[in-house]
Amino acid sequence: MTTDVQLSSLYQHLILDHYRKPRNKGELQEATADVHMRNPTCGDEIRLQLQVEDGVISDVRFQGEGCSISQAAASMMTALVKGAPVADALGIASRFTAMMHGDPEAAGDRTLKDLRALAGVARFPVRVKCALLGFDALQEAVKQAAGPDTGT
Amino acid sequence: MGNPDRVDALASTAISSPASGQVANPRPDPVPPLDPVPPLDVERLRKDFPALHQEVNGHPLVYLDNAATSQKPVQVLDAIRGYYEADNANVHRGIHELSRRATEAYEGARQRVARFLGVEDPAEVIWTRGTTEGINLVAASWGSANLGPGDEILLSDMEHHSNLVPWQLIARRTGAALRFLDVTDQGTLRLEQVDEILAGGRVRLAALTQVSNALGTLNPIREIADRVHAAGALLLVDGAQGAAHAPVDVHALGADFYAFSGHKLCGPTGIGVLWGRRELLEAMPPYMGGGEMISLVERDMSTWAPLPHTFEAGTPNIAGAIGMAAAVDYLEGVGPAAILAHEQSLVAYALAQLRELPGIRLFGPEEASDRAGVVSFLLGDAHPHDISTILDAEGVAIRAGHHCTQLLMRRYGVAATARASFYLYNTREEVDRLVRSLETVRTLFA
Repeated sequence: MTTDVQLSSLYQHLILDHYRKPRNKGELQEATADVHMRNPTCGDEIRLQLQVEDGVISDVRFQGEGCSISQAAASMMTALVKGAPVADALGIASRFTAMMHGDPEAAGDRTLKDLRALAGVARFPVRVKCALLGFDALQEAVKQAAGPDTGT
Repeated sequence: MGNPDRVDALASTAISSPASGQVANPRPDPVPPLDPVPPLDVERLRKDFPALHQEVNGHPLVYLDNAATSQKPVQVLDAIRGYYEADNANVHRGIHELSRRATEAYEGARQRVARFLGVEDPAEVIWTRGTTEGINLVAASWGSANLGPGDEILLSDMEHHSNLVPWQLIARRTGAALRFLDVTDQGTLRLEQVDEILAGGRVRLAALTQVSNALGTLNPIREIADRVHAAGALLLVDGAQGAAHAPVDVHALGADFYAFSGHKLCGPTGIGVLWGRRELLEAMPPYMGGGEMISLVERDMSTWAPLPHTFEAGTPNIAGAIGMAAAVDYLEGVGPAAILAHEQSLVAYALAQLRELPGIRLFGPEEASDRAGVVSFLLGDAHPHDISTILDAEGVAIRAGHHCTQLLMRRYGVAATARASFYLYNTREEVDRLVRSLETVRTLFA
């Protein structure tokens, strides 16, 4: 059963802050990866650009349109992966995905930082896809940045 | 029923009656109608709908997603169950008793839906999976036989994707072009623009919705039909919303084709009807091949069964047809004009309260009498999906998104809207619940 407490936790201050003041929103003039993803069922959209140098995400920008959950998650994600090695970024993506699927251990992972504010989304199954949109884009962008010859 | 003038008169009465109170933009009192519609006994009707009587997230369900699909009355559920329990068999050609009964129920259902549409000849009524299939059938079959380079199909920016994409597909195959009517800020179409486009002399068919699923706009189909016919073109009416929410008489509307679905008018999913004028249908090639639709089959060629079976390949949705007929019987018992008047009274009541909410942006015609029971809106910077989640937590079901009308969303410069849509079983108390929950949205997004 959904309670008002759960609702408040879903729409807590930190999420609305990222929704209204998204970090790293904009466009990179040069990018090693540039992906555009949308959730066709609800129309949420994201364009994610990465600049990858020597295995590190040196810069990241996103543009998007969608609900507070999708946009806040994308904003938090960019703040966390900027300056991080690609492998670490993928680790964050996998722990965040686990948290969205209700893994309590992942929800307690402090390295997820602001993203932990989204733990409540796991209780709203129809909204999990919104939260994961930015991370789906990240995984796609990492693949693109790696180039076609690293199919491993 | 079926006379558009009469519907307008009834509608105006409904929203300006003393009971409906707070109309934001009151109109002058209309001439009293000759045949007033009695108000619906909503409390009694609600008893027919089992799904309405449940709690969602700890609150009594308020179901305001009727433009997506309606709930089903026990009369429809019993008809489907009764068929499967007593008469289940494949239709046509069976020589045994159950097949005879199934065929009788199936063809009887066709006759009942024909009557609902004001149609004399049941052979003009073709069972489909729904509105989408009906439109695809006409686009593919009529379109392939009649369209070529230089021809135009007239659509509007308020069409559901199901009345847009099938035409894109056939236009690509035949070289025909698509033309579009603009939608005004008020969510309406302009007849002058219809004239302008028709004056080009290239339009072969206009395909327009009777009622906008995203805005609720009641389009002036009769006026458009007269213009389209004067230009020598045909009119397909998308009745997905229209048949559910307004009286339908396909001849009074001036339609040449009329497609609609069972599930939006209290019937089951997976069943719908395409009605077309006999001479048009008879001149059209089959849409799908298979059993049921043939007369004589040889190795290299076959001949087709007569209407309506030409367009009904394969074992049909027998239970669906029976359920849909039970649904139209139910609606006729309640009275389509009274249903529309009830919806408009709820719309007027809702609009008056919503206009008071700071940060509200409303879409569609200002006057409830120009709409069926649909209210599309935005509230502050809360995204419609967030609105819908917050409302759901309080048991209020609405829809949020582009409503399969991306052209319309682009027209208004939005990605999505929140949409509450009413039906015969909704009440003013439920509108109050909607407004109260929107206050929660404002609090959380303050």
